[in-house]
Amino acid sequence: MYAYITKRLLMSIFTLWLVATLTFTLMFMVPGGPFLAEKAPSAATLEALNQKYGLDQPKIVQYKNYMVKLVQGDMGVSIKQRGRTVSSIISTGFKVSARVGGLGILLAILVGIPLGSIAALNRGKWIDNVIVVFSTAGIAVPSFVVSTLLMLIFSVKLDLLPTYGLTSWKHYIMPVIALSLYPSSYISRLMRTSMLEVLGQDYMRTARAKGLSQFVMLFKHALRNAILPVVTYLGPLLAYTLTGSFVVEKIFTIPGLGSEFISSIINRDYTMIMGTTIFLAALIIIMNLLVDIAYKIVDPRIQFK
Amino acid sequence: MKQVNNKLSLQLDVSDFLPADKEEKQSLVIMRESVSFWRDGVRRFKKNKIAMTSLIVIIFVLIFAFIMPGVYPYSYEQQVRGSENLAPMQYSQQELELKAAGGKVFPHILGTDSLGRDTMVRLMYGSRISLLVGLVASFLVLIIGSIYGSIAGYFGGKVDMIMMRIVDIIYTVPDILIIILLMVTLKYPLEDLANNVPGFEWINTIGVGLICIFIVFSLLYWVGMARIVRSQVLSLKEQEFVTAARALGAGHGRIIRKHLLVNSMGALIVTTTLQIPSAIFTESFLSFIGIGVAAPMPSLGSMAADAIGGIQSYPYRLMAPAIMISLIILSFNLLGDGLRDAFDPKLKN
Repeated sequence: MYAYITKRLLMSIFTLWLVATLTFTLMFMVPGGPFLAEKAPSAATLEALNQKYGLDQPKIVQYKNYMVKLVQGDMGVSIKQRGRTVSSIISTGFKVSARVGGLGILLAILVGIPLGSIAALNRGKWIDNVIVVFSTAGIAVPSFVVSTLLMLIFSVKLDLLPTYGLTSWKHYIMPVIALSLYPSSYISRLMRTSMLEVLGQDYMRTARAKGLSQFVMLFKHALRNAILPVVTYLGPLLAYTLTGSFVVEKIFTIPGLGSEFISSIINRDYTMIMGTTIFLAALIIIMNLLVDIAYKIVDPRIQFK
Repeated sequence: MKQVNNKLSLQLDVSDFLPADKEEKQSLVIMRESVSFWRDGVRRFKKNKIAMTSLIVIIFVLIFAFIMPGVYPYSYEQQVRGSENLAPMQYSQQELELKAAGGKVFPHILGTDSLGRDTMVRLMYGSRISLLVGLVASFLVLIIGSIYGSIAGYFGGKVDMIMMRIVDIIYTVPDILIIILLMVTLKYPLEDLANNVPGFEWINTIGVGLICIFIVFSLLYWVGMARIVRSQVLSLKEQEFVTAARALGAGHGRIIRKHLLVNSMGALIVTTTLQIPSAIFTESFLSFIGIGVAAPMPSLGSMAADAIGGIQSYPYRLMAPAIMISLIILSFNLLGDGLRDAFDPKLKN
């Protein structure tokens, strides 16, 4: 098991290095620099600025310097947001994004698993059909459509919820629902199929035959086995939430990491592009690793290889 | 009365032992006509009402996106002066005057946007972009993924290990970050190529944004396809018909093309169909955050993004692209599910 974890860990580090290098290369392929967008600075100022941020050196030296600093945990200072370090911007943005995204993931799991189980237990009845129809539709609606429709109904028509910012609990309702609609539909579909499979297994018949109560049967035998595919989905779920957060943060003007990432690319804020990309990539890669390990701990039948 | 004469005789009738003629033979055939894999699949597919409905919806959307703009009197970039911000079926002052004078004015079925462009025709072009992206990107993914996956699966051993390690690494790369970066980066070299290098002018006719999307998708999304093809090939290559083909002297390329890929066609079709909605999904997302298809070419994502600014006064402008994109994704999802049930029940999990 430790050999497996070590192998995966090494591979994750390699992937992360690959992402960092790729980002670095791509970033400098884009014409224009961080100082061109402002009032055109004089040649002397430009030179001084380039020198200050080390942009006058050859690319390969810049790459080496950046990597050495990165390994030491230093992501440098933002070029556009004067006087702020990249790590401080990321930590502020991430706190906001993590609250919205975390609630979205939580809601998706809390809604998806019960709905899928209820559908499977009532297979073929009206409640199953309703859940299947809704979860099929939920998968087809992109998050920007959900967000904008929610905004249209609850803010414009009914005037119940605020449209931008993140200052009170009311502000969380729409972004969190918008983020969780797709994953909760997906989880409920996943849960329904795996629950149906588990319910048809021999050990479920045995459980019923030996007179276990419905509660013990469902929660100790069925749910624990049926939940495995949902555990594997947690990795992709995080990646999806990240994608969704770009949209949702844009629509609801939430100052999170997603909007920082997009604006850093548009502003050519080199250190911010590197910082956010590496941070988000690391987040997803580590999550995937943890999910894989957790999956193997939850289900002892799976061999480590 | 011959039989009665000898009661101990077996009393056989010679005519019972004559060879059967053709007609008699025919009447004895009780087996139904042998059903090929494809016929069986098509039969199962036709029985699936949901899948058939979604196929019909897709055909309608295809007509709407590719044929209708040709006969529609407005074009997607045409700005009708004086007809800005019209509600659905509303006419502007000028158009009313023209109508009163006996002229013919085609109604703006879904109204116009703030620049006086007809929303209906923009919706058609937006759907066209979405469908193009979905179909072309999935096709590219199919080609790259099946070549890569079949080579890895067929040769096995070290080749397989190295090729699949590469797949594993690309699989763990957070795709959306790289897609966004690539979309921004690729635009400039492509524009340069289109404007300055002779022989590449066609890039401009398709649009730099679209080409970017195709490149990005084919760079990142083939890994899923490669994994599926590989696992199919791994199990197929052990079967007798492959040994037979090899014994007859077929080369590697021929075995892969004519035997292995043909036999995994079911899985290929299903995976490609299910790839379409996810490509459409990503394209609309990119256009929505403003790095997809370039203006004035509309995309369903950018139409929705444009509508947000005027959500207070013109909510219907949001509804049209929102409903369209959801309809397209939903019907491709359902079509893919139906194809999977019909052609590749094993894939269902």
